[in-house]
Amino acid sequence: MNIAHTQGGGRWLGVYVIAYLVFLYLPVLLIPLFSFNNSIQAAFPLQGFTLQWYATLYGNSVLSGALVNSLVIAAIAATGATLCGITVSYMDLYGRSPLAATISAVARLPILIPGVIVGISLLILINLIGLGPSRIAIVLGHILVALPTTVVIMRSRFAAIPKTIREAALDLGASDWTTFRRVMLPLSLPAIVSAFMLAFLISFDEFIVVFFLAGTEPTLPLYIWSQLRFPKSLPTVMALGTSILAVSFVIAAIAEILRHRGLSAAAPRPADPSQPKQTKRGELQWHST
Amino acid sequence: MSTIVATQTPEARSSTGFRVAMLLPGALVTFLLILFALGLVLFLAFRNNDGSLLGTGFSLANFATVLSDPLYWTVTMRSLVIAALVTLATVVTAYPVAYYLAFHAGRRRGLLLFLVTLPFWTSYLLRVFAWKIVLAYNGVLNSALIESGIWSEPTLAFLNTPAAVVVTLAHAYAPFAILPIYVALDTIPKSLIEAASDLGARPFTSFRRVVLPNSMPGVLAAALVVFVPTVGDYVTPALVGGPASTMIGTLIQAEFGKANDWPFGAALAVAVMLVILAVVLVARFTDRRFGSRT
Repeated sequence: MNIAHTQGGGRWLGVYVIAYLVFLYLPVLLIPLFSFNNSIQAAFPLQGFTLQWYATLYGNSVLSGALVNSLVIAAIAATGATLCGITVSYMDLYGRSPLAATISAVARLPILIPGVIVGISLLILINLIGLGPSRIAIVLGHILVALPTTVVIMRSRFAAIPKTIREAALDLGASDWTTFRRVMLPLSLPAIVSAFMLAFLISFDEFIVVFFLAGTEPTLPLYIWSQLRFPKSLPTVMALGTSILAVSFVIAAIAEILRHRGLSAAAPRPADPSQPKQTKRGELQWHST
Repeated sequence: MSTIVATQTPEARSSTGFRVAMLLPGALVTFLLILFALGLVLFLAFRNNDGSLLGTGFSLANFATVLSDPLYWTVTMRSLVIAALVTLATVVTAYPVAYYLAFHAGRRRGLLLFLVTLPFWTSYLLRVFAWKIVLAYNGVLNSALIESGIWSEPTLAFLNTPAAVVVTLAHAYAPFAILPIYVALDTIPKSLIEAASDLGARPFTSFRRVVLPNSMPGVLAAALVVFVPTVGDYVTPALVGGPASTMIGTLIQAEFGKANDWPFGAALAVAVMLVILAVVLVARFTDRRFGSRT
């Protein structure tokens, strides 16, 4: 291949990627920007710096109630989704039964169902079994929404653990349960933590399904939705949104780091020596990610 | 443990208790919450609305209304066109980013992958809301245009249009499209591309004849992952779309809310699922034509 040409193309592509990232982040970053703006309207020019919108967040009992509600629901739903993700993908890979494979396939099905239909199907179900819109209903809905993510993460983690490790444990006389608990779970711990954190974020931010399942106690996204109607409360919503964005960014970053550490630490995939990567500066580089 | 155990194959010793305990949580969630709940929607779609939970009798009236009333045709077609435009926009803009990640990113690859997936984990509601700030009458775009002297007074033309819905959705679902395309590009054997250039293909020819066809499974996967949630979306039309961009998700939500006709809402949901099924089948068929490697 013409190296000079591809490097020129790479440079233009690099410019495009930067422009793309700006498009991706600029609208989102407007929320923090205007949350510090001393004006009720989100418009340029900026009117000066203020923290008053953050001050209005304190002492708001509806807001703190919604926050606690969201945190509790996210913790329970993430635990459920992670537990299901671990068992479903483990049995899919090692259970050797058509049932386990079917469960794994159905567990990833919600990707192909729009949220509004997940919402109404669960709304019918919870009314049928006499539960009604409630926090338990929201937990069930969020387990469902987060399930494809936890299954995909856990499945790729279990698949990356060399088969021989599990076979060795079984050959040395460990029972299925012991092998699972003492060998496979510790080896996949970073992925389990990562799956839990991402499921937590999914539940914490979820709106489309929760809209149908919430009873009298709103979650944080429902509270934000109810405030979006009032132009007067927009700066407060932006201050709240900024706080949520900051926390989400940190959790997502930790989850991502854990996932990569888990992938590279426990299962050193042999780098393919026949395919060294030529970087711009000309050094050879092998990628293990 | 005795040495006799070691002579048996691992699978022969699988205890029933372990298997049941491991299969139970997944089985409960998938069969009860997913399959049974979807079955309920299908069942309800064939019932008459009498105000009770599961309706009454058996009828095709709901589907007859969906098929005969021009309102539902208009809204369904609008949802399909908006979702198709959003899918096209996200996939076309994401492809070069995925290409850069796969072939040019070098040691920055990890950081870039993290940066493009990060918005994926932030609030969808906030990302949509951000566009309301940008496009509003006294919003960022209008005030920026007036400040710079391009416009003399604010225009209403941005917010509450189908175009606003397309831009907002394309932005909200952009991160979904990059990963599948990147994975497909990254798994193309480098020897294939080298062979093409060794045989005299110019870079563009080798891209068009080798790289692009080989990445089609990823492109189709990306298209599905974007198309499915956008076709049923009701949040974005409500926040930035205005009455002219009501989508099918809005109608389903209304039937289960204000309009309170659950059987009819269920019929609309079944219609949406059939449309998605048709799209998935077309994608599968196209995938096979390109010789899926997945």
